[in-house]
Amino acid sequence: MLEDTVPLSHYLMLSATLFVIGIVGVLVRRNVIVVFMSIEIMLNAVNISLISFDHYMNLSSGQIFSFMVMCVAAAEVSVGLAIIISMHRNKPTVNLDEFNLLKW
Amino acid sequence: MEPILAPESIDLIALAPVLVLSVFAMMVLVVDLFGGRNKTLLVFISLVGLLMTAISAFAKHPIPAYSFNDSYIVDHLSLFFICIFTISSALTILLSVEYNKREGINPGEYFALILFCTVGMILLASATDMIMIFLGIEIVSICLYVLTGIQRGNVRSNEAALKYFLLGAFATGFLLYGMTLIYGSTGSTNLFKIAEVTQNLGAQSNPLLLMGLVLLIIGFGFKVASVPFHMWSPDVYQGAPTPVTAFMSVGPKAAAFAAFFRVFAEAFPAMSPSWELLLTIIAVLSMFFGNLGAIMQTNIKRMLAFSSISHAGFLIMAVITKTSLAGSSLLFYMLAYSFTTFGIFGIVILLGRKGEENLEMKNYSGLAYKHPILALSMTILLFSLAGLPPFAGFIAKFYLFSAAIQEGLVTLVIIAVLNSAVSFYYYLKVIIFMYMKEQETEFRIALTPLTLFVIVIGVLGTLGLGIFPNSIIALASY
Repeated sequence: MLEDTVPLSHYLMLSATLFVIGIVGVLVRRNVIVVFMSIEIMLNAVNISLISFDHYMNLSSGQIFSFMVMCVAAAEVSVGLAIIISMHRNKPTVNLDEFNLLKW
Repeated sequence: MEPILAPESIDLIALAPVLVLSVFAMMVLVVDLFGGRNKTLLVFISLVGLLMTAISAFAKHPIPAYSFNDSYIVDHLSLFFICIFTISSALTILLSVEYNKREGINPGEYFALILFCTVGMILLASATDMIMIFLGIEIVSICLYVLTGIQRGNVRSNEAALKYFLLGAFATGFLLYGMTLIYGSTGSTNLFKIAEVTQNLGAQSNPLLLMGLVLLIIGFGFKVASVPFHMWSPDVYQGAPTPVTAFMSVGPKAAAFAAFFRVFAEAFPAMSPSWELLLTIIAVLSMFFGNLGAIMQTNIKRMLAFSSISHAGFLIMAVITKTSLAGSSLLFYMLAYSFTTFGIFGIVILLGRKGEENLEMKNYSGLAYKHPILALSMTILLFSLAGLPPFAGFIAKFYLFSAAIQEGLVTLVIIAVLNSAVSFYYYLKVIIFMYMKEQETEFRIALTPLTLFVIVIGVLGTLGLGIFPNSIIALASY
């Protein structure tokens, strides 16, 4: 059985590791698209822990939650890419450091 | 695996405000498609939609009523918040009409986005399930990302939208991870069931649950713009179109506080020793750094952004207090704050010029000699924000502080009062510019009727709530 060889904590560790990778990516990288991808990694890390909690604890609402997360992530991608494109038209760069009209 | 049951309690009457407003928002989109370039009809439909929403919110009787297997609630808090949301969205739409004409913002979806954002806020104030809270927050945020960047040709608006989007999505990640860990350690996403589980002392010390709580606080802290998660807010407030800034500092913030209050007062009251200290630190930091930041600003929109950060610090006190008295003081504070804020932003719009110019404090010098009534209104509104009697801001703060004192949070209240005194400095700075400095630039103010109407409502609301607070306090208390 899967449960015997791979305990829940393994999945949680995987999820936490991915989440931290996402955070580090957001903080360290300066390319808008890469930062954006790191945020998606964070959201998917959450999905892994939601599904594994459900599987090991015999629950069901986490799966519904993970579908909601995917829907929202998709909506966010479309809005985010639209913002990046409209910005790119006025200022052709994807480097975050060059957006300094408003002081951070 | 337990079978997924068909929901027994789908009560659509309870959901009426959400449904009505969604229908009107879609109607705005469709009418925009066929309506040509004249947007007057859209404004009319949006305002009627908001009015109908406010009325339909009272369709459910008796309250509290639950729907969708206890994941949606109609109670006193949510009804009052729906009223605040509809008022603030209606004032935003009134402020936008003439501003959009001046700045050349013409898309009809502007109004639809404000309505959809209001749908999200209503869901957020009525949600008693973490999935619903997450969806509400995301509906609000995604609409706001677009609204911030609605001036597609303006680099500042683009930049503000990008920053808001990246940091907002980042914060969503934290919020979501927190919710997941809480779900994993309690086995439910429903706030009432979480409250049952967390009454048990053994469950309270679960490290996953504590970690989840911290992440949840970080996520909410981002959404309500509290220190140290506030860095997005001055930039976004400055770069966004001014009516959107006014909207952002009232409606979505009130909605985030509604959810914040509900989560901590309903789901985790038994665990208050573990989160009280963290929230107290955030509240104190917000008040202090909000004031400190505001003192150093010269741009009026940035100054108001920092002032709203320090107000967020005061409002977190209500979450820490978490009694029903604190809930009603939160409601009163938000209502007073919305009238005052819309009045101030109305004046900022009147004085601004095309291309978001003329927003520095020095542009206000000598205003009292040219437009004494406008300067007087601004003074009243700023005094109300500072918390001076007999204006609404004073009663709001008084009510909030007395709720906190009753729960024994004396130190926190003393810090808050001191910070409230510090805030006089930067509010008075604007007043000094208006009354005591020589005029530097020519005022070319077009006194447009709708914007003036919003300012009048703002001033009357501020005075009315300040002088006759009893009836509203009676409505707000439950």
